[in-house]
Amino acid sequence: MNKLRTGSFHAGMILLSLLWLGPVLWVVVMSTRSFDDIAAHGVGSLPQSFTLDTYRQAWTDGGELRALINSMLVTVPSVALSLCLAAMAAFALSRFRIPGRRTMLLLMLAGNLLPPQILLIPVSKFSELTGLYDTLWALITVQVGFGLGFYTFVLHGFMRDLPGEIQEAATIDGAGTGQIFTRIMLPLTRPALAALGALSFTWIFNDLLWAITVLRTDDNMPVTPALLGLQGQFVSSWNVIAAGTVIAAVPTVAVFLRFQRHFVGGLALGAVK
Amino acid sequence: MPFAVESIWVFWPALQGFWFSLTRWDGMSPPTFVGTDNYVELAGDATFRGALLNTVIWLVLFGGLSVLGGFGMALVLQKERRGVGFYRAALFTPVVFSLVVTALVWRVFYQPDGIADTLLRAVGLEHLIRPWLADPQTALYAVILPALWRQIGYVMVLFLAGLKAIDPALHEAARMDGANSWQRLRHVTIPQLKGVNAVVLSVIVIDSLRSFDIVWSLTKGGPYHSSELLSTYMYSTAFQSLRLGYASAIAVVIFVLALAVILGYLVRAFREEA
Repeated sequence: MNKLRTGSFHAGMILLSLLWLGPVLWVVVMSTRSFDDIAAHGVGSLPQSFTLDTYRQAWTDGGELRALINSMLVTVPSVALSLCLAAMAAFALSRFRIPGRRTMLLLMLAGNLLPPQILLIPVSKFSELTGLYDTLWALITVQVGFGLGFYTFVLHGFMRDLPGEIQEAATIDGAGTGQIFTRIMLPLTRPALAALGALSFTWIFNDLLWAITVLRTDDNMPVTPALLGLQGQFVSSWNVIAAGTVIAAVPTVAVFLRFQRHFVGGLALGAVK
Repeated sequence: MPFAVESIWVFWPALQGFWFSLTRWDGMSPPTFVGTDNYVELAGDATFRGALLNTVIWLVLFGGLSVLGGFGMALVLQKERRGVGFYRAALFTPVVFSLVVTALVWRVFYQPDGIADTLLRAVGLEHLIRPWLADPQTALYAVILPALWRQIGYVMVLFLAGLKAIDPALHEAARMDGANSWQRLRHVTIPQLKGVNAVVLSVIVIDSLRSFDIVWSLTKGGPYHSSELLSTYMYSTAFQSLRLGYASAIAVVIFVLALAVILGYLVRAFREEA
């Protein structure tokens, strides 16, 4: 009886996993097929050819290289900057008796919960006004501004739970505020920082809405919106589009695999509080 | 300092958003004040009403099914046993992809002669075959499916974390009292998950109202606005029709819909801080 149940559990789950992984594998396989093969047999057929030329096409002709560089130029500074600012804000709000600090914290969180639609038009106009429109700087600052509230909120919760004695001891030993922050607080919040870092990397890297709002030129587009452009450029070359899709997915998958534990922990961070 | 940064990019624009919704503006000449004209026009706009209805359908189907699916999967996969790690990872994989990547993966599925059609043909249901994304009858549902595919893994992780935090002694005690597994789920697990439920609910509602990427990459709201959501209608009104005042009014409607959830979430956060 028990064996039967275990058997059916695994059978059911394998089927379900296939439902989730199958489409992904299909696209990976399709990215290695030749155009003639797909044109002759359809995208739903089994592969009868193998080529890696699709990746070259997506990489150079499709401009994915350029797009990937843009993505990195936006994502890496955005993550670093927003975590740095959020850590500072969280430190100040959790460790010092600043008047109105609770209101401030909640306002920041509220800002992050706002539907972005209400911000789209003013933000695009504001970036035009400041001359940042259509530059990667616009995207970086928007991403930092919009994400900051949530990161501060999470880091604040984390820092608040650290014992106050550590800070007192350091003060007695003659450490200044700056030193306490860099030498004591930051190392102690490392798990939370890693989790937020991994999460925010995928969020910013995967973003579409802000990118198409503050950018216009194709050459400036990060890889997520560029993928939509690729679809227009290679209309029926499904193999090249598939290759482009794989290229766009690899960085986030890599970050996920590297920080797997932190990543899942980070998602749960807000949930179990 | 960080507060100032967020003020510039979030709070100030949000206030401007409300102001723009009371104006007529093409983005070139300065906005002219027209009072509540935009809202009056919205009330009679059939496309807007369609988008509103679609957003409600989206909320119910996407939100409801992803909670049910995610919760179900979390229950099935909560016990550590052989293979569970792999199954969890499999369900979670799509969460890592961007919605544009998800959309392209599913496009292959829906293509004429794609996987969906091949499968239907294999089981002898050829007559059901249709251009899934180009048929106004099916477009919205054809977009919801990939969104669900991606969201279930995310919701599952949230519930798994919640389930882990439940004291096993509670289940043991209920078992001693003769509760069967259904009663234990109903009277022990679900009440214990109250905190997680609240978070999941807020996340789902906010995510549903924000949903844009997946629709934009698959159908852009078409054909004939049949898969239009408030978010996509707002975007195309603003940046393609260049009716910035009118689009701001749509954005305000989205904001009002999200407001209840935002307030609920904040009240919860506030109580914890106290």
